[in-house]
Amino acid sequence: MRRILFVLPLLVFTGVIFAQSGGIASGDDGDCFIQSLTAEDAPNDAGGGIDLTWTVSAHVTEPDSIVLERLDEDGVWSSIGTILPVDGSRTDEELSNGQEYTYRLVSFYGGIPGALSVEAGAVPKKQWIHTGRIGMLILLTIISLVIFYFIEQGKRGKDLYIRRIAGLTAVEDAVGRATEMGRPVLYIPGIMDMDDIQTIASMVILGRVAMKTAEYGSSLLVPTCRAVVMSVAQETVKESYLQMGRPDAYQKGNINYITDDQFGYAAGVDGIMIREKPAAIFMLGTFYAESLILAETGRSVGAIQIAGTAMPSQIPFFIAACDYTLIGEELFAASAYLSKEPKLLGSLRGQDVAKLFFMIVIVIGVLAATIGEAWGPAARVSDFLKTITSVG
Amino acid sequence: MNWTIFGIWLGALLSLSLYSFLYKDNPFYKFAEHLFVGMSAGYWVIYTIKNVLIPNWWENLLPAEGGMQPIWLIPGILGIFMVLRIVPKLASLSRMSLSLIVGTGAGLTMTAMFQTNALAQVNGTIVALGQGGGWFNWVSNIIMVTGVVCGLVYFFFSKAHTGIVGRTANVGITILMVAFGASFGYTVMARISLLIGQTQFLLFEWLPTMGIHL
Repeated sequence: MRRILFVLPLLVFTGVIFAQSGGIASGDDGDCFIQSLTAEDAPNDAGGGIDLTWTVSAHVTEPDSIVLERLDEDGVWSSIGTILPVDGSRTDEELSNGQEYTYRLVSFYGGIPGALSVEAGAVPKKQWIHTGRIGMLILLTIISLVIFYFIEQGKRGKDLYIRRIAGLTAVEDAVGRATEMGRPVLYIPGIMDMDDIQTIASMVILGRVAMKTAEYGSSLLVPTCRAVVMSVAQETVKESYLQMGRPDAYQKGNINYITDDQFGYAAGVDGIMIREKPAAIFMLGTFYAESLILAETGRSVGAIQIAGTAMPSQIPFFIAACDYTLIGEELFAASAYLSKEPKLLGSLRGQDVAKLFFMIVIVIGVLAATIGEAWGPAARVSDFLKTITSVG
Repeated sequence: MNWTIFGIWLGALLSLSLYSFLYKDNPFYKFAEHLFVGMSAGYWVIYTIKNVLIPNWWENLLPAEGGMQPIWLIPGILGIFMVLRIVPKLASLSRMSLSLIVGTGAGLTMTAMFQTNALAQVNGTIVALGQGGGWFNWVSNIIMVTGVVCGLVYFFFSKAHTGIVGRTANVGITILMVAFGASFGYTVMARISLLIGQTQFLLFEWLPTMGIHL
């Protein structure tokens, strides 16, 4: 109930903001080649932009060129660009918010300025709400409420089922294998920073893997590509070792920073693989072109490899070179799967409901669009669904 | 000294040192690897100071027009907290900075991910099956819509992949694998072009410096 009370004012506020509009100034001139010039605040931005629109006459001699001019603070007109002699629009950017700007168009015939267009002015403003994303706000709010509902269910002890994910059932086997062989476990959290959602998911999984290495007494190596990721990884692994009652086994030096450079990092990790010969390699996070370099080297040293990423272009390489691959969203489900925490399981169930909702929207939308080619009302249903899922 | 020839030789020797890894780990590869890692780490330190720290923080804290903007002391303090990780007694302060980074990252990414990975995909999938006209477009659109719906079923985690759900999920993963195969082939072609580029450098730029012309 409290959440609903929070969301309602948000929606009302959205409506109020939706109603706001920037100033429009325009004019038209029957004798000039430029028939009209309109200036208005560029919508849905952080300010600093004015949209200019003009129309030209088909009955007046076409000029050689047209120059767009802006009146500066000293009262002098200065050129901000040359435009083609056709109807058009342009956005003047990097302006100061709250200050009025005036524009005009000058037609040139043989290099000599001819008739001037009418002047048009506007004041750039910033908007708090992107009106093109109202549909997204409403959908995201509804989905968030569904997720909150299932998290609450999970907390109350409701049994939330999660299906088997092959790559994750192998985590224990991989760490056990490393322990038996007396070799380390190598964990690669991708090459992006902590503001990347895949890296965040990877850190959660690292915590569970660290619990296993602490339990089995294996060595855990975590080379990172970003300094902040190294710090978070150190905190995560330390916490896991503490939880397992093995703070003495935690080796801060095993979690280190190599370089921010993509291929420098790949070269460094390859070197670690060749020299340390890990028995198990986890590659979970955001990867780009280095994915196959890492996966191939890992395979050459005979390690069991579990990879996972939501980068569509890199998943094929992991599938080809690794023993197990978490495809896309399986990476995000991994933390819930490994921990079985009610909060995470509830969140996962909520996301499944969202997927079901989108499946229904797609099926209805496609049927309505197909039937709508012959029957108007169905087309309106399809248009409505396209509108609520459009992104401005 | 001819610096162009020196550059070509340096590039060629380092390329060959890195390629020697294909045989096995060796001192040449180790040298090239350490040089690469060390230089890139050093480069990124300077890059970060010059292109991130100074323009995004220092020049906001102390603008060129004079005066100090005290609000910018906050990120500075959070940055110092991160550096304090080297002092064991104060290392826990870095958790404040870390939690801010992780929380902000997750929050900002949520809307972007929802926009690009959910809404844009759903919007793009809502098409009339006959859109574009002709049997080829009909088949293409049917495969696309079936692939998206069955793919979504594969990523259902709260339902066991048995019965009709299992069969639908199998269709989904099969379509995904076909897509991955196409992507694999496309990317391998791009990688081969990189190899060709480097081989051309060795054959047509490096070898001629020794009087060998192919």
